[in-house]
Amino acid sequence: MTATALKIVDVHKSFGSSKIINGLHLEVLKGERHAVIGPNGAGKSTLFNLISGFYPVSSGYIELNGQIVTNLAPHLINRRGLSRSFQVTNIFPKMTVFENIRCALLWPMGYRHSFWHLVGNLKKVNAKAEEILERIRLADRRDIPAGLLAYADQRALEIGITIAGDADVILLDEPTAGMSLSETAHAVELIRTVTEGKTLLVVEHDMSVVFGLADRISVLVYGQVVATDIPEKIRQNAQVQEAYLGKEIA
Amino acid sequence: MPILFRRYGIWVVAILVSGVLPLIFKSSFSISLFSQMGISIIFALSYNMLLGQGGMLSFGHAVYLGLGGFLAMHGLEKIGGGVLPLPLELLPLVGGMAGILAGVLFGWLSTDRAGTTFALISLGIGELIAASALMLPSFFGGEEGIASNRMVQLTLTGFKFGKSIEVYYLIACWMLLSVALMYLLTKTPLGRVANAVRDNPERAAFIGYNPRHVRTIQFTLAAFFAGLAGGLFAINYEIITAETVGAQTSGSVLMMTYIGGVGHFFGPIMGAVLVILMQQSLAGITHAWLLYFGLLFVMMVLWAPNGMAGLIMLHEPVWRAGLLKRLLPAYLTTLLPLLVMFAGIMLLVEINYHLSLSINPDEPLALFGIAFNARSPLAWALAIVLAAVGFFFFRKASRRVNESWNEVTQAMKGGR
Repeated sequence: MTATALKIVDVHKSFGSSKIINGLHLEVLKGERHAVIGPNGAGKSTLFNLISGFYPVSSGYIELNGQIVTNLAPHLINRRGLSRSFQVTNIFPKMTVFENIRCALLWPMGYRHSFWHLVGNLKKVNAKAEEILERIRLADRRDIPAGLLAYADQRALEIGITIAGDADVILLDEPTAGMSLSETAHAVELIRTVTEGKTLLVVEHDMSVVFGLADRISVLVYGQVVATDIPEKIRQNAQVQEAYLGKEIA
Repeated sequence: MPILFRRYGIWVVAILVSGVLPLIFKSSFSISLFSQMGISIIFALSYNMLLGQGGMLSFGHAVYLGLGGFLAMHGLEKIGGGVLPLPLELLPLVGGMAGILAGVLFGWLSTDRAGTTFALISLGIGELIAASALMLPSFFGGEEGIASNRMVQLTLTGFKFGKSIEVYYLIACWMLLSVALMYLLTKTPLGRVANAVRDNPERAAFIGYNPRHVRTIQFTLAAFFAGLAGGLFAINYEIITAETVGAQTSGSVLMMTYIGGVGHFFGPIMGAVLVILMQQSLAGITHAWLLYFGLLFVMMVLWAPNGMAGLIMLHEPVWRAGLLKRLLPAYLTTLLPLLVMFAGIMLLVEINYHLSLSINPDEPLALFGIAFNARSPLAWALAIVLAAVGFFFFRKASRRVNESWNEVTQAMKGGR
């Protein structure tokens, strides 16, 4: 009954002679929160870059909501309903916080390249941007250039830009990296609320975040998924413990 | 009412100033100066649609001014001959059309990437068109360019455009309209997304935009306004040569825009006014004016990378806090050594120009009414001393400026 939102079939990716992704299979179900974990260099970020069209795959194919999106340009994949955030904060630094969010709304809300509307008059767009600012708790900093925000706020803005366009598949790349404990708790709460009813694929190093947030977890080792299961099973999986979790969890 | 004034006051002032200026300064020199400023304002603002708003550093923007000018000149010829039923007042739109056509084509070719790639391609296209200008004499008129007569039968307003003041008012109308349109463009979805693509093209792709499409459209609109300025150029001068599409014109619009400031909408307007003023007034006084202009440009790039507009906006919060008077003493103490230093440099430059360019270098050189022999060692010594002393005290005074700024920033933080 649950359909597949994202399907990755036998994907390979090499940079020169080094194989980063090595016959990867992954299925993300509609509406689930799915985490990808794995040791450094396992290819987690590369996987995201392949799904979102940032890199072309060497072989294999990727389906988004039943459509093949392999090797499409990033903006075309985005228009088909997939949005992503970045591990290194990737915002529009010279524009205000509000403008960052509003820009992320323009394409999905149909204003595209319009030069015959004034953004000040787009009531629905502006209201939605304000609403997103409230949700990511940046409403009081709306007119500050985004580049001047504190780090945790920039991460929140990053998530805000990612979810603004109402894409139904959201990819978050280490959303809590570099955050303090309280900031992390806050961010997890934020991710939980903003991805309500959407499909989430998240790469994360913080195990408390992963086990607290994810419905299912995939473990990536040397460019392959070695296990996909619910959190409890992943915790018990011997292969996973050996490959990655080691003693700290067991 | 105050809100309305806050919102539209600046436009009312702009219309008044453009309308009244030529009534105060009536000489033909001033009228031609104002006309040139009007054209340059459109041109510089259109350039800033690329550089400031779209993050595209172009070395070939003259192509669109020039092509617009050439096509408009052919159009003018046709209007005069009765072939083209277009009133003269609308001729600039022909220039704009040329801009759009060239903008779509060359914009598409050059906007796949911004940065160095874009800059180099724009330089290449500039050279290409400049070379074609000499290769295709039927369109560009070869070395001597093409000329036509703006006094045609067909006009909307009844003006014959024989007097330069009539031409000025035509330019002023188009200038005000273009400024308003370009300002509104910054407030459209395209304008905002152009900023996004400038700031971070990679991320823009992940919110649904193809950076190349955004740049191409922005580029085409900028080319339209450049072409429109070209159309006004054709009407104003009644002659256009290959020089107009060349690298020097491209370089000069870059400098105007940069000196005025790329980060604020009104920056390029100030830059265009200042540069045209310098060009016209200094060129009459000294042969070395390009050198001073270059010096100004280098100084702005080094010390005021946000241009004149940036300098003004830097002081806006200080002015609002009522603390501007605390900066003034430091500024005034810096001004004196700066002038001394500049006097020294100027003396050196003028002596050298006199010695190398004058027909008779032994003739006395007159500066500010003081005549002296350019070969005299005393003059050289004085120049070097002035420059050195000025520089020494300028360094000292600029430290004071820094201190004053620190105080003011502290005071503003404390006030909050």
